[in-house]
Amino acid sequence: MARLGAKPYDQPSINAEIIASHGLSEDEYKRIVEILGREPNYTELGVFSVMWSEHCSYKSSKVHLKLLPTDGPAVLQGPGENAGIVDIGNGQVAVFKMESHNHPSFIEPYQGAATGVGGILRDIFTMGARPIASLNSLRFGSFDHPRTPYLLSGVVSGIGGYGNCVGVPTVGGELFFDESYNANILVNAFTLGIAEKRRIFKGTAKGAGNSLIYVGAKTGRDGIHGATMASEAFSEESEKRRPTVQVGDPFTEKLLLEACLELMKGHCLVGIQDMGAAGLTSSAAEMAARGGSGVELDLSRVPLRERRMTPYEILLSESQERMLLVAKKGKENEVKRIFEKWDLDAVVVGKVTRDRLFRAFFDGAEVVRIPVVALSSDAPVYSRPAERPQGQDELQRLDLEKIEVPKDLGATLKLLLESPNVASKEWVFRQYDHFVRSNTVVAPGADAAVIRIKGTDKALALTVDGNGRYCYLDPYVGGILAVAEAARNLACVGARPLGLTDCLNFGSPERPDVMWQFSQVLQGMRDACITLGVPVVSGNVSFYNETDGVPIYPTPTVGMVGLLQKVERHATPWFKSSGDLVVLLGRNREELGGSEYLKVVHGIVKGTPPWIDLRLERAVQQCCIKAIEKGIIRSAHDMSEGGLGVTLAECCISGPEKPLGVRVELREMMRGDARLFGESQSRIIVTLREKELNRFRQIAVKEGAPMQVIGEVGGGHLAVHPLVRVPVDELRAVWLGGLERRLRGQGKEL
Amino acid sequence: MRWGVIVFPGCCDEQDVYDCLKHNLGQRVEFLWHKDRLNGGFDCIVLPGGFSYGDYLRCGAMARFSPIMQGVVEFARLGGLVLGICNGFQILCEAGLLPGALVRNASLQFICRQVFLRVEESDTPFTCAAKKGQLLRLPIKHGEGCYYADPGTLERLHKNRQVLVRYVDGKGRTSPSANPNGSLDHIAGVCNDGRNVFGLMPHPEDAGEKILGSEDGLKIFSSVIAACDKREKRAWLG
Repeated sequence: MARLGAKPYDQPSINAEIIASHGLSEDEYKRIVEILGREPNYTELGVFSVMWSEHCSYKSSKVHLKLLPTDGPAVLQGPGENAGIVDIGNGQVAVFKMESHNHPSFIEPYQGAATGVGGILRDIFTMGARPIASLNSLRFGSFDHPRTPYLLSGVVSGIGGYGNCVGVPTVGGELFFDESYNANILVNAFTLGIAEKRRIFKGTAKGAGNSLIYVGAKTGRDGIHGATMASEAFSEESEKRRPTVQVGDPFTEKLLLEACLELMKGHCLVGIQDMGAAGLTSSAAEMAARGGSGVELDLSRVPLRERRMTPYEILLSESQERMLLVAKKGKENEVKRIFEKWDLDAVVVGKVTRDRLFRAFFDGAEVVRIPVVALSSDAPVYSRPAERPQGQDELQRLDLEKIEVPKDLGATLKLLLESPNVASKEWVFRQYDHFVRSNTVVAPGADAAVIRIKGTDKALALTVDGNGRYCYLDPYVGGILAVAEAARNLACVGARPLGLTDCLNFGSPERPDVMWQFSQVLQGMRDACITLGVPVVSGNVSFYNETDGVPIYPTPTVGMVGLLQKVERHATPWFKSSGDLVVLLGRNREELGGSEYLKVVHGIVKGTPPWIDLRLERAVQQCCIKAIEKGIIRSAHDMSEGGLGVTLAECCISGPEKPLGVRVELREMMRGDARLFGESQSRIIVTLREKELNRFRQIAVKEGAPMQVIGEVGGGHLAVHPLVRVPVDELRAVWLGGLERRLRGQGKEL
Repeated sequence: MRWGVIVFPGCCDEQDVYDCLKHNLGQRVEFLWHKDRLNGGFDCIVLPGGFSYGDYLRCGAMARFSPIMQGVVEFARLGGLVLGICNGFQILCEAGLLPGALVRNASLQFICRQVFLRVEESDTPFTCAAKKGQLLRLPIKHGEGCYYADPGTLERLHKNRQVLVRYVDGKGRTSPSANPNGSLDHIAGVCNDGRNVFGLMPHPEDAGEKILGSEDGLKIFSSVIAACDKREKRAWLG
């Protein structure tokens, strides 16, 4: 074996500038020297820089993430693996996770979003699950920002281009516009797969002498330092980072998916992991860490797409559509045979060792020798200072008396329905295949998507949710509301939550105000998770979402998965027939803080987000779920952005058939705009036949959920006496084409 | 009867076709690997949807060179039934088994939505269980489904009544807004002049159960089953 540090190629010598350009602090570098007992070489410095990056090490978030409850009756795998796993009965499990791909998507929207989808798909099938549904949660800047239409159309076609080609339906998602994201959009991608409980695979390297096998696409220079890029704030320089964005190849991904699932039917696999952020380095190091072993890589054997790549580049490349397998010794040819069938590379690139070292060789010389623990559990952990910003009190001050109630509330309703955050997202969804795999029972556009599980009577419900504006005004309450609304969305289709995954999108953790937001949001999420009984099974943290010093709204997005025992017993948001009673579950309160109405109509982002009582929330959700399970409910729709007015309108106009009108009368006395557009929580609009009212009331009383009959479905108008009366056809027209008209209005070809 | 569903690399809908035939219609179905030769004994071969070879060149342009396609061409020449759905339709056009071509949607975007189809001819093995003029509600999901044929070909299609389904609105009328991709003459599916090869862009396999929103797709498959039953009976009676 050659001497450590032998130089088969030129390695720059290390100086302060190189250390800084790797995103490592002076203290961190000192620690590296301490761990190694010597100076690292250039390649080792690269390995440390990606493994200790915020993106890979969670060094600033770890202490806070411990707050979240991760255990529950259905949980088989919590955070720490490629994805979380929950039991869904019948010997089957659901595997799901959500990941951010914010920075690459801002620099190159099509490829950034496409590779975001590719990455999350691999996280799911690497565990032995066939992906059956994807969602996405997107945030863009103001619609009037010149870059927004370009970013929006690029991201949407990137998500569609990748997901459609791989044959995984995109069944839902959310889309929100706000100036806060002008120069730092959010692209969070969620995928769920189904696996057999007895055939789950994990990212672990065990058994000294077992082979490390590289499968999938060849390695190029793309994406080097992607993980580091995701771990620093944006600046005008970011445009120059375009070459670090990887290019997706969904066809190869599809082959990789089929080949991996075929391999997993046999018995040669010990462990498997996607080469995602930090590529070969992180997959090999993380698998060794989980297996309590070491790994030895021969970089000269890695299939390359470009000539003369250095060990540094090979280790740090983030080329897409690659996986690292640990196969039982002697089974290598079986693995190769399957990958050859699918025309993919499968090359033995190393082996599992006992020495707990991460070692890499190139042309026979050892180029990396680092203890595995130094790259995993011994990576730095920071408890960063957190402080409530001074302006927070002022932000929460809202004097409603100074805000005039619009004279024509019907016109206000139309204005809201046409605004980008409320208007129909059909323009987006129709670019995603949501039928493939023939499981889609409730397609995009409802509170949650419903996917039946083939071969059973069951179905899964999926949703993503998060309101950055609420979190900005009060991060603790915002954290609660993100979880509560996701659970409420599931309740509206009749599903009981099994678990959630999250993307926590925040500014720089080096700012005390951002760390305060982060810890508050997590405390809120924890409280909601505990009261509503929803464990967190996976997730990711994305810091440094800011541009030239201004952080985005703190934006946790929550992806939640629920189970329906009987697929036929589900609900959809739109009204079904004239004569049905309209019932309000929950209570109206006079609350306008942080509302979409204040922003769109008055240009104000102030006040406190709506108040929430988690026990009331649970009662409302339980009542809705039970009534749907008993077949009492004909439609159910959660009240969120735009309040009662927008919710009722959506019930009238969002169905596949002709719109239906509604006549409603409200008892509460409060200002008209608060009554119509206030966003009080824990409210669901349900409809039922009159003869079912008593049965429904019994359930509501038993659960302790307040309810009142507020009107009746029918007629051609949305009428809330005495505030508004608008023909539903007019509402449908503004709502349906709202997004597309705005895009066209900007003269962009879309 | 016996169905074969070809699996090309990049296929996405083969499992949907398989499940629909096997579980909804109780049929005998087998997957056929694109690198294999086509064996005898099949009554209908299905080329399912997806993105064969990633559609990186031209949709269907690579798959037509797969080893199994020689057998499919021969099978069709001898009168065997061949059904191409979406990417399968594109492959059949590329292979010269069906006239015309499928080009980029007029909107230049991928489109996924439910559409209505009007059955134009019911005297084919693919539509005999439907009535002429009957409406079917099926999903489409494609980026390149705009049907195009030169004027001479189009005239022959009309003369020989080879247009089997057209895009229409809920009332059965053709209109620009009911034509999702800008297809020439609202064409959603055509057969060859022997009437034993049929290609269409919409997906009957994803409309095979009430819980998924429509069962209308079964009409296409049950037509094939009825036609094969008839053939068998005729063969048996001599």
